[in-house]
Amino acid sequence: MSETQPTAAMADERIKQRSRLREAMIRPELGGIVGTIAVFTFFMLFAFDSGMFNSQGIMNWSQVSAQFMIIAVGACLLMIAGEFDLSVGSMIGFAGMMIAIFSVTLGWPVWMSILITFAICIALGAVNGFIVIRTGLPSFIVTLAFLFILRGFTIYFPQTIERKTIIGGIKDVAEGDWLAPVFGGKLFPGLFNWFGEIGIVDTFERGTRAGQPVVDGLPMLIVWALLLVVFGHVLLTKTRFGNWIYAAGGDAEAARNSGVPVARVKILMFMFTAFCATVFATCQVMEFGSAGADRGLLKEFEAIIAVVIGGALLTGGYGSVIGAALGALIFGVVQQGLFFAGVESSLFRVFLGVILLGAVILNTYIRRIITGEK
Amino acid sequence: MNPIIEMRDIQKHFGSVIALAGVSVDVFAGECHCLLGDNGAGKSTFIKTMSGVHKPTAGEILFEGQPMNFANPRDAMDAGIATVHQHLAMIPLMSVSRNFFMGNEPVRKTLGIPFFDHEQANDVTMEEMRKMGINLRGPDQAVGTLSGGERQTVAIARAVYFGAKILILDEPTSALGVRQTANVLATIDKVRKQGIGVVFITHNVRHAMAVGDRFTVLNRGKTLGTAKRGEIKHEELQDMMAGGQEMVQLEGSLGGTV
Ligand SMILES: Nc1ncnc2c1ncn2[C@@H]1O[C@H](COP(=O)(O)OP(=O)(O)OP(=O)(O)O)[C@@H](O)[C@H]1O
Ligand SMILES: [Mg+2]
Repeated sequence: MSETQPTAAMADERIKQRSRLREAMIRPELGGIVGTIAVFTFFMLFAFDSGMFNSQGIMNWSQVSAQFMIIAVGACLLMIAGEFDLSVGSMIGFAGMMIAIFSVTLGWPVWMSILITFAICIALGAVNGFIVIRTGLPSFIVTLAFLFILRGFTIYFPQTIERKTIIGGIKDVAEGDWLAPVFGGKLFPGLFNWFGEIGIVDTFERGTRAGQPVVDGLPMLIVWALLLVVFGHVLLTKTRFGNWIYAAGGDAEAARNSGVPVARVKILMFMFTAFCATVFATCQVMEFGSAGADRGLLKEFEAIIAVVIGGALLTGGYGSVIGAALGALIFGVVQQGLFFAGVESSLFRVFLGVILLGAVILNTYIRRIITGEK
Repeated sequence: MNPIIEMRDIQKHFGSVIALAGVSVDVFAGECHCLLGDNGAGKSTFIKTMSGVHKPTAGEILFEGQPMNFANPRDAMDAGIATVHQHLAMIPLMSVSRNFFMGNEPVRKTLGIPFFDHEQANDVTMEEMRKMGINLRGPDQAVGTLSGGERQTVAIARAVYFGAKILILDEPTSALGVRQTANVLATIDKVRKQGIGVVFITHNVRHAMAVGDRFTVLNRGKTLGTAKRGEIKHEELQDMMAGGQEMVQLEGSLGGTV
């Protein structure tokens, strides 16, 4: 309107001035941030001398958290796009088993086994997404079917081929392979050696490795986790595709009417979730040197819990990758911390339940402030 | 002058339901063409065939003289048809500026990677909303915190900003208060004066009379005819919408208050 008044006069009398602090606090990740601080404070106070915060201890819970992070990033983007994938855990078991069968049983080169497994799993993710889009069924049901189907195959294949449910010997066949270290290797061994020399990292005092640092590099698992978190965060918040992810989950019909290719976005997110599960599986197989039919059990729920602690809305359209990463960190620290603190391991669930409830209540409150939701 | 869009004998069937049984409407640049009709008359279905949401079962669409076949909303949008749907194409959980640019995000390349240009999106959103007389707390304010009229205005501002030739508004005033309705009607008038053809759907004859240049009444999937402004009276439109005589009776029993 041309009769615009000077801006000072236009300041709306119905908007209360809000403090900077409050402004900075009101963000989707707040639940995750508060939870992380609470968890670290707790263990600093009660388990500081347990070895949890020396270099080995840190590496221990970092690795467990990194595992959670890898699948949480996929689950997070998919949940924001408005869908679930309950087949993540089975996909982890399945992918690991495929790599083992291809490389050990069939004797294919490890790099080829890994690449083909990635191709199969991403294609399965696409099938998941395609069925959800085509039938309009809730992804909850479709992926639940895949949870059983994939787990069934993961047990069936090794049993019929090798008459056992664990296939080992992957370390041997991976020797000298160029792709295996991308998942099972360690970065910066020189740096960690130096850390050992100057005393930041403890060194072995006896045995064949005397003088070497107890933590001899940054595991690729952690590198993958960090890369995926950065990738997911940038994709979601800084690209137009990210806007489409929010839109597809916020209101698929409104998004479609505005020209957002909703079907493509959702199917791609199912594929990305499958990719993350396969990264998880490949790192695990390379670390253990074996694949087991029971690997990845219940991982889908742990991923979803991490995502929800991180502030995402179960019904889609809202959430944060950073939040999900913090949720995964909380998960890992609590699980390993209780072990360090010598607490009865069954209490892990109690602790986790309390954190989940607390974070979700806080998140709901924050979200209502931000979105005006009732 | 030729119409921008000409819809000829459009039919739309949903299974056994005949939602449209041959509707013809054309829209010229700079006019406000009102579509009136009772609940279930087929107004929303009709404009959805115009905006690429539904494919017509039969009939012809001419856009600037050329036969057109919209495969999806994107096609129609690219041709210059912007639609503000009855159930707003707005996502409450997302910010105003993310909504404003939904499906049309501006990008800026850094290191060859196209990133969402939030700065430009935010600036444009604030500016366009200010032009419409709405002061946002910030471009990152969620649409869910806006009032119905404000949301409506965001949707209209968005359509105008993206250079629509045809702006379709499906019952934009039905949920609004007096002052907000007046705002939306004023916006329609402003948009029309920029040479955009407006299709304005409403139940409210008074709202239609306030801005309309032509009026088409739909009844049970058919057109009852199109009239120019000044050729038809308020009461006649009202009667046509209700399908004729019942309205007269109703009016009698309600003491002429409808
Ligand atoms: N997707 C669909 N599937 C089946 N029937 C439909 C569908 N969409 C609309 N209809 C039917 O078509 C008819 C016209 O509906 P439409 O939404 O176009 O009415 P309208 O004139 O917009 O009504 P209102 O004023 O209430 O918005 C209705 O009988 C409706 O039930
Ligand atoms: Mg309608």
